[in-house]
Amino acid sequence: MNEPILQFKKISKSYGNVLANNQISFNIKKNSVHALLGENGAGKSTLVKILYGLLQPDEGEILFNGNIFSTKSPKESMAKGIGMVFQHFSLFESLSVKENLILGLNEEISYGALVKDILAISKKYGLELDLEAPINSLSAGEKQRVEIVRVLLQEPKVLIMDEPTSVLTLNETKSLFNTLNSLINDGTTIIYITHKLNEVIEFCNDVTILRKGKEIETSETIKFDSDSLATKMVGERINPLHRNNFISSDIIKFRVKDLSCKYNDPFLTDLKSINFSVSKGEIFGIAGVAGNGQTELMQVLTGEDIRVQSGEIIFNQKKITFSKPQERRDMSIGFVPEDRSGHSAVPELSLAENVLLCQFANNKFTKNGIINNKSISKYANEIISKFNVMTEGDSSKASSLSGGNLQKFVIGREILSKPELLIISHPTWGIDAGATQYIRNELIKLSNQGTSIIIISQDLDELIQLSNRIAVIYNGELSNSLETDSLDIKKIGLLMGGQSE
Amino acid sequence: MNSFIPRLELRDQNSTIMNFMSPVLAIILTLATSAIIFLIMGFNPIQTLYVFFVSPISTLSGLSELLVKAIPLALIGTGLAFCFKNKIYNIGAEGQLTMGAIFGGGVAIYFYDSNAYWLLTMILIAGSIGGVLWALIPAYLKIKFNTNEILTSLMLVYISLYILDYLVVGPWKDPLGFSYPKSRPFSEAGRLPIIFNGYRVHAGLYVMLTLVFLSWFIFSKTLIGFKLKVSGHSSMASRFAGFNQNYLIYLGFGVCGAFAGLAGIMEVSGPIGLLYRDISPNYGFTAIIVAFMGRLHPFGILLSSLIIALTYLGAEDAQLFLQIPSAVGFVFQGLILFYLLGSEILIKYRLKFI
Repeated sequence: MNEPILQFKKISKSYGNVLANNQISFNIKKNSVHALLGENGAGKSTLVKILYGLLQPDEGEILFNGNIFSTKSPKESMAKGIGMVFQHFSLFESLSVKENLILGLNEEISYGALVKDILAISKKYGLELDLEAPINSLSAGEKQRVEIVRVLLQEPKVLIMDEPTSVLTLNETKSLFNTLNSLINDGTTIIYITHKLNEVIEFCNDVTILRKGKEIETSETIKFDSDSLATKMVGERINPLHRNNFISSDIIKFRVKDLSCKYNDPFLTDLKSINFSVSKGEIFGIAGVAGNGQTELMQVLTGEDIRVQSGEIIFNQKKITFSKPQERRDMSIGFVPEDRSGHSAVPELSLAENVLLCQFANNKFTKNGIINNKSISKYANEIISKFNVMTEGDSSKASSLSGGNLQKFVIGREILSKPELLIISHPTWGIDAGATQYIRNELIKLSNQGTSIIIISQDLDELIQLSNRIAVIYNGELSNSLETDSLDIKKIGLLMGGQSE
Repeated sequence: MNSFIPRLELRDQNSTIMNFMSPVLAIILTLATSAIIFLIMGFNPIQTLYVFFVSPISTLSGLSELLVKAIPLALIGTGLAFCFKNKIYNIGAEGQLTMGAIFGGGVAIYFYDSNAYWLLTMILIAGSIGGVLWALIPAYLKIKFNTNEILTSLMLVYISLYILDYLVVGPWKDPLGFSYPKSRPFSEAGRLPIIFNGYRVHAGLYVMLTLVFLSWFIFSKTLIGFKLKVSGHSSMASRFAGFNQNYLIYLGFGVCGAFAGLAGIMEVSGPIGLLYRDISPNYGFTAIIVAFMGRLHPFGILLSSLIIALTYLGAEDAQLFLQIPSAVGFVFQGLILFYLLGSEILIKYRLKFI
């Protein structure tokens, strides 16, 4: 019972300069549910992708039942008994359940035998399926069942589940756990990737906590409670030396009141009665694990998607709930969405042309609809020199810049217009350390000039370094805000894992 | 591995040279392929290509005919660029052309005995309105119901052709026309004047050149052109910038409809002079090739309209002098589009022999 089925031995994997997995070693016991817990970027996905054959490790090896296990493709892993159910489904929407299941198979099998297998599996593990239904008529939970059955048809010994409950309702989650329990009774081992603390405690036997590519601890879950798990997950944080000069103030610049959005889409997170306010010159941080409503919140704040069900957004005492992006810019609100490539900038266009995407009241580049090329080129060059953007010039295509340089350019574009409010999502995502520090300093400088800033980020260190207050978004709900100076890091970890008190 | 088959390798940056060279490459490959086709058909390929591409424009009247054909092609091609730049695939320009001819032609037929100086202007305006209205149908359906504009705009082509068919055999039939399916001839005041005596090239040339130049100005100097370009590259960025996507769809279809409708009515009130079934030898479809061959740049479109117009003339001459079916002209057009789309891959990729 206690013998390991899988042994990871000093697995390392790097992408460029980033060490996604740093000498990770731990064992997974046979016939157990083993959780991999960590924030975004902790290295969970990289590790299981190595196991599933999607990635090759730079160093280290995996033992499977005591033998060296190497795999070059998911097909090979599957044949050796490792199956995986992804967070995002890969099903053919217009085909039926049955057709999807047939397509997933590698070996030839008679049709009748297949249907018999499917029915046997779905009965045994409580995975009810309507074989004739087209995929696009199914709920997210039903689609997941199809994915699970598809993997189970290959009779895996180890089943990897990647954030399986992220798209499920409460009832669907319960029935998923029933299914997984009966799989355990049949001798399967489950690797369960999650950031939800309660699922680890309720459902998993063992847990490996990863942080920034390193294995922090592997133990039985009985030894932990939510508090200790949360602390291990987010780690000890060092408070920053330099912050902005903001002293708490009563001048509310921006307020979100009871904001709710409902999308009827399993891949979007509904926003539930969100409340927060930001004062003049304050930096407000919104923390949380990816996919808990950050993108949706950002789109509502920028005005790109204003499917607001109830509540309001107020800027300078004016309701702007349904204002369009340009109207918000004219009121001196700047935005930087997280994706530089095709959202905040168009890679195929020149830097000068990218300037033209954002016109503010005090920065107009057109007159009667005719573009003033001189002024956009001048503005682009001003950004390039003031924000140290490494490029050949304002006529270079945005795609020719490195991520850090393009991000400096995009943020510089907003900062130079001296906005009264800047809303920025993942300001330093995927860029090098030098550019990161540069951007953080610029944001602090900006707030010292009186600009209010809202930062949405998964990088907790960043938020602690920059923000005056931090709130956590989890499953579309925003927590009360916490003062960064007296921050209880454990509490943030609990909130990120979905435990309020 | 087999070292004779080149591999495609992604370029770091799109090739500027291939951006201009891919239409040239497409033309060279088309000529080579058609030479082979002629050889197989038993014709001397050199002589045939000469008849196709040189002899039609070796006379003044040939050059005039070239311009007559290029006018609708360049005009519609430029209109299509307003859609294609935004990656909206309106392929129903033929229908918009037909509706333009019907609306403008309707005015001309109603005032068949009028000699009012304003008649021609009225006819041209009515023609553009017809094109716009017809083009706005797929735009509305796309915005309201997210229908595929390729299908709806194409199907509307056939509807418009049947409407024209019905009108010229029914209510608009020429009372003095011995039951031929055609309308009354338009009055002199309703006809586009010719530019040179004895040649068919007409004042529509000026209209076309003005609109091509205006479109170039819009694309390269105005915010509207910029919005179309940004939306075509990335709808996310366009939304971030606050550009109204629906407005841009209406705008693209509207402009294209106006240009195609104008092309239709200018054809009818110019060289033809009345309404009948076959007012257009597929100008609306061929203009799609013209637009892509011109790389959606108005001046490029102007140039490619002349090249494609030549395939029409060449096909007529080849039928006349060599008894080659004139459908070979369409084979040419098809080949050009085929090679054009094929060689576009070289803008993003390079060939690598290993």
